[in-house]
Amino acid sequence: MPVAWIPSLMQKLTAGQQQVEVEGATVREVVAALDARYPGFKERVLDGDRIKTEIAVAVDGEVVAAGLRAKVGPQSEVHFLPAISGGAS
Amino acid sequence: MPANNGYKVIGTRPIRHDGVDKVTGRAIYGADTQLAGLLYGQVLRSPHAHARIKSIDTSKAVALPGVKAVLTGTDLPDAGDQIVDLGEGPARLKYLRDNVLATDKALYSGHPVAAVAATSVHVAEEALDLIEVEYEELEAVLDVREAMQEGAPQLHDDMTTQEFGEDTGRKSNLATHFEHRLGDADKAFAEADVVVEREFQTATVHQGYIEPHNATASWNADGQLTVWTSTQGSFTARAQVGAVLDMPISKIKVVPQEIGGGFGGKIPIYLEPVAALLSKASGQPVKMIMTRPAVFESTGPTPGSYIKIKMGADNSGKIVAADAYIAFESGAYPGGLVGAAAMCVFSCYDIPDGRIDCYDVVVNKPRSFAYRAPGSTQVAFATEHVVDLLAAQLGMEPLEIRLKNNATTGTRRIDGVVYPKMGCKEVLEAIRDSEHYQSSAPAGPNGGRGISVGYWFNVGLKSSCTASVNADGTVSLVEGSTDIGGTRTSVAMQFAETLGLQAEDVKPQVADTDSIGHTDVTGGSRVTYATGWAAYKAALDVQDQLCERAAQLWEVEAGQVEFDDGVFRSGDNELTFKELAGRLEETGGPVIGRATVDPDSGVGGSFAANIADVEVDPETGKVDILRFTVIQDAGRAIHPAYVEGQMQGGSVQGIGWALNEEYFYSGDGHLDNSSFLDYRIPTSLDLPMIETIIVEVPNPGHPYGVRGVGEANIAPPPAAIAAAIEDAVGVRPQELPMKPDRIVAALQAHEERAAQAAGG
Repeated sequence: MPVAWIPSLMQKLTAGQQQVEVEGATVREVVAALDARYPGFKERVLDGDRIKTEIAVAVDGEVVAAGLRAKVGPQSEVHFLPAISGGAS
Repeated sequence: MPANNGYKVIGTRPIRHDGVDKVTGRAIYGADTQLAGLLYGQVLRSPHAHARIKSIDTSKAVALPGVKAVLTGTDLPDAGDQIVDLGEGPARLKYLRDNVLATDKALYSGHPVAAVAATSVHVAEEALDLIEVEYEELEAVLDVREAMQEGAPQLHDDMTTQEFGEDTGRKSNLATHFEHRLGDADKAFAEADVVVEREFQTATVHQGYIEPHNATASWNADGQLTVWTSTQGSFTARAQVGAVLDMPISKIKVVPQEIGGGFGGKIPIYLEPVAALLSKASGQPVKMIMTRPAVFESTGPTPGSYIKIKMGADNSGKIVAADAYIAFESGAYPGGLVGAAAMCVFSCYDIPDGRIDCYDVVVNKPRSFAYRAPGSTQVAFATEHVVDLLAAQLGMEPLEIRLKNNATTGTRRIDGVVYPKMGCKEVLEAIRDSEHYQSSAPAGPNGGRGISVGYWFNVGLKSSCTASVNADGTVSLVEGSTDIGGTRTSVAMQFAETLGLQAEDVKPQVADTDSIGHTDVTGGSRVTYATGWAAYKAALDVQDQLCERAAQLWEVEAGQVEFDDGVFRSGDNELTFKELAGRLEETGGPVIGRATVDPDSGVGGSFAANIADVEVDPETGKVDILRFTVIQDAGRAIHPAYVEGQMQGGSVQGIGWALNEEYFYSGDGHLDNSSFLDYRIPTSLDLPMIETIIVEVPNPGHPYGVRGVGEANIAPPPAAIAAAIEDAVGVRPQELPMKPDRIVAALQAHEERAAQAAGG
């Protein structure tokens, strides 16, 4: 089952839990599963049907361009990170 | 000569395709742009660091003979205050627009407030003097910690602190707060045998590119806008111009000119929308070139910072806990670089428990933007200092503690990321094995040696290439990545390697936004990696098409044609690439390969390290660099000379951060050193030859093992030089730059402490 890593500033929602096992084959399904277990989660990370601009989602250590559509494997880690504005050089 | 790496082109050192044009002065830069009927634009900038704009009267400027158009911020389209997606990250439109031309407030000395287009630069300058701006001066705040205080002058009346998707509702200059935690840092510190904590400050510094920002715009009567500019990303420039001017991108063509340095600072736009609107208003094309003071006063420096680092280790030397507090200036608008700093602060070490607490803070300085491994140099300066102190308390050598704790495959960083195959250990081992490290440290009472290590992650993003096969067997390769570091050649070499060609057989060119598929910025050390990957895929596309053409000639199925080392074969039939290219006319005409990539896995990252030998003059505090070596993991060095060039360039900039460079503001927020005479970057007279050692730990996420090498090399120099200064004279500054007066002050304080100890 994928493991979602909860940012420390959102762990009030998860009663302090940093890692949560959730069902889901996409980021969208993982977020939905987290929101079902921890109401309010979706509101913190989504703006409508998109990930909030200030947040990035990484699956297995790589920030995903596909956003909510990104695939999540059974052994995947899903991280919610502060977005880094593009174009370092 | 082929490299001894299994490849024929990769690892060799061909002459760069654009080299002759550049050394003979024929290359066309933005300032060279010439069009019929060209006007010249100039910008009026705020003399105040923080002021409300009460009124702007342009009537006298408009009346000046030769003036063709005058603009203020209110002439920019007002598309509301929305978040715009620029393809590589979002931006708040009001901030983007107000940084181009202020509307309600000037937020830094040098903030643009009006612009003029005239028949000559001199008339435009004269017109600027006739524009009357009434300001209400406000108290400015220039220091990151002062800006965080309650009661500090507030830059944005409506700004509240955001905490990871939650609006706290607290009005403040603190734009964003976030943190990372791994394990239980408090418990780990409590159990540590040795704990060290120190505070650090780093100055605001500029990218210091030699070519100033420039833009030429032509707004045609049909509403089509063309912009010629010096940019690190023509497509992101187009997106930003479109957002500011509320125009569809289909109406805008951006033509990237040659670029005289960028280092991250030429990703944002400044002049482009202004030149465009001046062109629209005047009906003529308008060229604008920033003055050097304007470049310093108004374009993105890298943030000044306040950093506190605490680390703990057990008696074996294993680092068991780490804690960072990182506050970065983001300049006048939020959205700074502290997120990247958080990813780098403990990135070189395998630490099981830790905490990283980050703050993005607005101050009355120009909006901060990327500068080569943005955020990494600041935090490496701090972390490497504390690691050396741990080593000293444990009786370990600096290299020994690093080799005992280096990050490696499977290391989980405190921000949660798990490393794939990485070259940190190999880079540290290359220090150990180097002739420099094994040589004697500088002799004499004031000589010393230091080492350090730093990191920068790479990014993937989107790249496109097309490749046209010419009848003479050469290939015209078109790409969208502007070339700031020899990437035309490093991309062309990957194409050539794939098809068994010579690098010289491939003619690369950088195209405008109407002539190639979307390509993201030249930044994040991504071009040789991602655009190189697109070139590799385009070459495979050409290969597949040519197999079909050969099959037609030999009257066999395409699947019966094999390609190896530049030769197509089927049974007894055999044609070289060049021979087959000459027969395209009889098999269906031109062959064009194409590819796009958007890699979001296997992007990798690069570690770099330094060995620095210095001599300190205790009387003056001047530090001379006697010998300096940079070691970096390139994954696979496509063109080793250009890899070495990046390593040397990043090192020199890092040395500038270490010893000289800083924005020097007067008390009222005016920048007092906005010229290269007073803003002191290192020159060849200040430096020895920068020695390079390339380490190759191939990136498994790339067809040729590439890791981006443009950035990690700037991270370690200040820390290595600080360690060398300490080794030389026994003091180690905790503030950048380590300029002479700081060294002298530290030595005096050191002597006073020693005298008190002796007396007491």
